Amino acid sequence: MSMWEYANPKKFMQTSGAVLPWVSGLAAIFLITGLIWGFFFTPQAVNFGSTVKIIYLHVPSAMMAINAWIMMLVTSLIWLVRRHHVSALAAKAAAPVGLTMTLIALLTGAIWGQPMWGTWWAWDPRLTAFLILTLFYLGYLALWQAIENPDTAADLTSVLCIVGSVFALLSRYAVNFWNQGLHQGASLSLDKTENVSDVYYLPLLLCIAGFVLLFLSLVLLRTRTEIRARRLQALLLRERMA
Amino acid sequence: MDLGKYAETVLWSYLGAVGLISALIGLSLWQAAKTRRALRDAEARIGQAHG
Amino acid sequence: MIALLIRDLRLATRSGGGFGLGLAFFLLMAVLVPLGVGPDPTTLAKIAPGILWVGALLSCLLSLDRLFALDAEDGSLELLATAPIPLEGVVAVKSLAHWAVTGLPLTLAAPALGLLLNLPTAGYPWLIAAFALGTPALSVIGAFGAALTVGLKRGGLLLSLLVLPLYLPTLIFGAEVIRRGTQGLDAATPLLFLAAISLASAALLPFASAAAIRVNLR
Repeated sequence: MSMWEYANPKKFMQTSGAVLPWVSGLAAIFLITGLIWGFFFTPQAVNFGSTVKIIYLHVPSAMMAINAWIMMLVTSLIWLVRRHHVSALAAKAAAPVGLTMTLIALLTGAIWGQPMWGTWWAWDPRLTAFLILTLFYLGYLALWQAIENPDTAADLTSVLCIVGSVFALLSRYAVNFWNQGLHQGASLSLDKTENVSDVYYLPLLLCIAGFVLLFLSLVLLRTRTEIRARRLQALLLRERMA
Repeated sequence: MDLGKYAETVLWSYLGAVGLISALIGLSLWQAAKTRRALRDAEARIGQAHG
Repeated sequence: MIALLIRDLRLATRSGGGFGLGLAFFLLMAVLVPLGVGPDPTTLAKIAPGILWVGALLSCLLSLDRLFALDAEDGSLELLATAPIPLEGVVAVKSLAHWAVTGLPLTLAAPALGLLLNLPTAGYPWLIAAFALGTPALSVIGAFGAALTVGLKRGGLLLSLLVLPLYLPTLIFGAEVIRRGTQGLDAATPLLFLAAISLASAALLPFASAAAIRVNLR
């Protein structure tokens, strides 16, 4: 039994249908406990005050924003190499989830930055890189929207995803370079995880697990929808031909 | 529970994030229900035509 | 391949080919920005590198949608795809032709516009170097975007949404070269990065573009 069996849409529908309630249930449990724990039962940090509670949203969503793109890259490659439709549709299903995650990361970051840095937005390398990632997600989704033939769309978006990954990575380094050139030494370090102590660590782990499971269940659900939509399209086409 | 002087900040970010996530979940569920219904209708219709 | 290059150049320079439009747009940018920002020379000098590069990006974008679209309309793109020369080569040649009619004039015009924007004298060699090494990347990346959208009826807007994010590294390093050059700092590092981007995209992206065109012609 190999993992490629799930490339068969029927097999995928069966398995994902059986797994989906469990994954989404677990996601809900992890997220709710993690967030409630983080929100109500963690102390305030010395220099951040209660804003430290934002990391339970900020860090996991930022992680998932990047992981979602990586997953899209992998599924795009699988589609291009092995032509499994489920793979291409999973990439399509993951994109809106990733976009939402980048938006959450940006939003919570901006709200956190307002009292901490005294500004909603700073052209900090990481912030800028995330804004760029948002642009890449938008372009990817727009390309899916624009092309009617589903196989053509899958091919072209896969190519875009691969090329885009290279350029997104390049932008990340370029942005680092650019900001150092602007103000040397002035560091607005976002690396909060470095100084996270144990009190915050456990609920953070829970939240990260919750976000991963949430991502997984949303992608499964959306992929199932996409497979159904494809089948519907095929049926309607056959009906019109007959 | 006392959120101190940053209460608004924390509340807004939680509200915003939960709002965005629920919007996404709602959208996904709605799309899922819509296509499922459309597919069932189409299958029933075609089944009739052939049967 | 050389025949193709000559054909493309001739088509582009013929009236209605859009040659010079990009250049005029570039000039307009350099005139509009001081009118919007105000005539203060120090402010202008500070933002000149960014304005010049953003202008170059946008004027490059103007002519991209015709890169493959015209050939796709009259069917010559399908002929080229089945021609004995590989499609990758066709894409490379077409990008080269695009660069010759947009990137090259921009490079030559950039110093004059730098004058308008009060760019300090020390920046000019770097300005020319950055444009000469950076604009090829714009054409090659743009060709990739044009290849993705060639099958679409209204691909122009989508094209800019796809291509502009890919232009970001070029923009950042390109403007950085000029900024460092004017301040007398070490500008060689970003210049090397810029050259690396141009060379790597010229070497690799035609494969992706050709794959996209094949998909679109299917």
